Amino acid sequence: MLYRRAQIRSAPNPPDSAAPKAAAAPAPSPQRDLRLDLFRGIALWLIFLDHIPSNVVSWATIRNFGFSDAAEIFIFISGYTAAFVYGRAMRDRGVIVAGARILKRAWQIYVAHMFLFVIYMAEIAYVSSSFENPLYHEEMGIFDFLKQPDVTLIQALLLKFKPVNMDVLPLYIVLLLGFPPMLWLLLRQPTLALAASTLLYALTWHFGWNLPAYPSGSWWFNPFAWQLLFVLGAWCALGGAERIGRFIRSPWVLGLAAAYLVFAFLIAMTWQFSALATYVPRWLSEAMYPIDKINLDVLRIAHFLALAAITIRFVPRDWPGLESSWLRPAILCGQHSLEIFCLGIFLSFAGHFVFNEFSDALFVQVLVSAAGIAIMWAAAALISWYKKIEGRSPGSRSKPPDADLAGGEA
Amino acid sequence: MRTLSVDALVILACMGAALAADSPDCAVAAHLVNTEYRLPRVAAAIDKMHQLDIEVVGAGSSTLIGPGGVDLAYPARLQAILSKRLPAVKTKVVTNVKSRRSAAEMAESFEKILMEEKPALIIWQSGTVDAITGVDPEDYRATLDEGVETLHAGGADVVLMNQQYSPRTESMIAIQAYADNMRLVSQQREVPLLDRLAIMKHWSELGVFDLYAATRKVEMAARIHDCIAQLLADLIHDGVKLSREQPRADR
Repeated sequence: MLYRRAQIRSAPNPPDSAAPKAAAAPAPSPQRDLRLDLFRGIALWLIFLDHIPSNVVSWATIRNFGFSDAAEIFIFISGYTAAFVYGRAMRDRGVIVAGARILKRAWQIYVAHMFLFVIYMAEIAYVSSSFENPLYHEEMGIFDFLKQPDVTLIQALLLKFKPVNMDVLPLYIVLLLGFPPMLWLLLRQPTLALAASTLLYALTWHFGWNLPAYPSGSWWFNPFAWQLLFVLGAWCALGGAERIGRFIRSPWVLGLAAAYLVFAFLIAMTWQFSALATYVPRWLSEAMYPIDKINLDVLRIAHFLALAAITIRFVPRDWPGLESSWLRPAILCGQHSLEIFCLGIFLSFAGHFVFNEFSDALFVQVLVSAAGIAIMWAAAALISWYKKIEGRSPGSRSKPPDADLAGGEA
Repeated sequence: MRTLSVDALVILACMGAALAADSPDCAVAAHLVNTEYRLPRVAAAIDKMHQLDIEVVGAGSSTLIGPGGVDLAYPARLQAILSKRLPAVKTKVVTNVKSRRSAAEMAESFEKILMEEKPALIIWQSGTVDAITGVDPEDYRATLDEGVETLHAGGADVVLMNQQYSPRTESMIAIQAYADNMRLVSQQREVPLLDRLAIMKHWSELGVFDLYAATRKVEMAARIHDCIAQLLADLIHDGVKLSREQPRADR
């Protein structure tokens, strides 16, 4: 039930107030918006659940109830927090320092991605040596990557060879690499910046731009398209949310959002129960499909925005539930998103390993899912504890106390 | 030695047939095999010519490696089953199957097949290799779409077949996007789809077949191929029946 409840509310939300517009350096620290942590934490759990193949618990994640999924939440909140953290840095310390910090963050994520890649290679190397079945000789083609490590490793270092489910961090890296000039523009001309981002999105759809992948094809998360959501998050963090606050709260918008969510839910039901698909008129399915995740289909953006609008209506910034101990695990996970994201990917590999080696019985699937989330929670608590003891030791707090303000990390 | 191995092949083939006939295993997935789409050219070939030429165009999962594998794989089994079910029709199933082939590579051979073999039905199996090599799913969809158009224009009906369900490699090969695109083409072009992925997943969930098993023996693979052939025969039967019930001159 926890997951079902989570999916209903698992949209992030532009905050209604207190976006750090005030430029003065010693401005009072804005209150941390726990909703960002909460929804990013939930998104990380959903990503973990969705990445375990054939996991029964993943039926309860939002991707099965509408067009968008946890990836939208994650990228939007990441844009929001990046602008929040580095926007302050850019105002206080200048473009060079803020830009350097953003690039340092991109480097950290690159290293984390390569670490995950090594785990993936270990997994397929293990399976290739332990599994044989004449039925699957075609599928064994996946192990060809092991036969040419020179090419595979170099293509992976270039972010061109990306194993299954390891596409989000490379997207994040590219988004951060392009972020310094975008942030500069967002701080000066936010409307122009958002327009430029939308234009890039439109041109990408028109010309089919994307980055190349290895051995063929292109990126599964097209950075030129997905940047729109990242920039939208950043725009909201830098005062945009205040500007559109009244519009978002108008009954018309809420009604429209609710109607759209119902529509998306009904369509999603036709994916689960193919008998229902006959009720979808042909013109509608021709107009609607394919709902393109690679290029962030407009239907997906609209679904995410509708979820966000409904969520901020029912979960205000000062919602007392945010202090409850029930939501504490998700908030903790959301505050350490990079570590917990990587852990979640690793745990999804491990969960699949358990299915392969021991059992994929229903109760095992539920157990693996619950255990994975518990481990993510424990790890997040441990990281928080480390940060706390580091912060207490004298002289260790030389770095700016920014990263923990809005959603933990950028 | 040679005759001995041929004998062995025959025995193996019979064994595969006997196993499948004995067990109702295949039937548990029968509800996943249904189509609203017609196979008018197949119906005409059966009703008017009393001859049915089928060509399987596919990659590695449309055959079985090892001695006797070809005779145990679903194309050969399909021919045996159809011959039995349609005794008055001369049925022939030929294969155009090669491992590690993408859908686009298969589509290159369509013109030639249509010219030389003139089959009434093409069973087009694809998706695994495209997923392994990461072909853009949108390109994959376009390939299927254009391929079906070519085949229809050349006078052949089409049945699409998606990937096998392979639980061990499930976390390494992202097949879902390709399977979804195949379903989309099936709906938009109105061609029957044998959803092998869902069928095998269903078998795995019910424990009909242990798809996690590591083995060098071909026995289980042979039983699965035989079941796939039976379900394919059911699907073809449905499409033909529909064509007879609602003959339409369009397309």
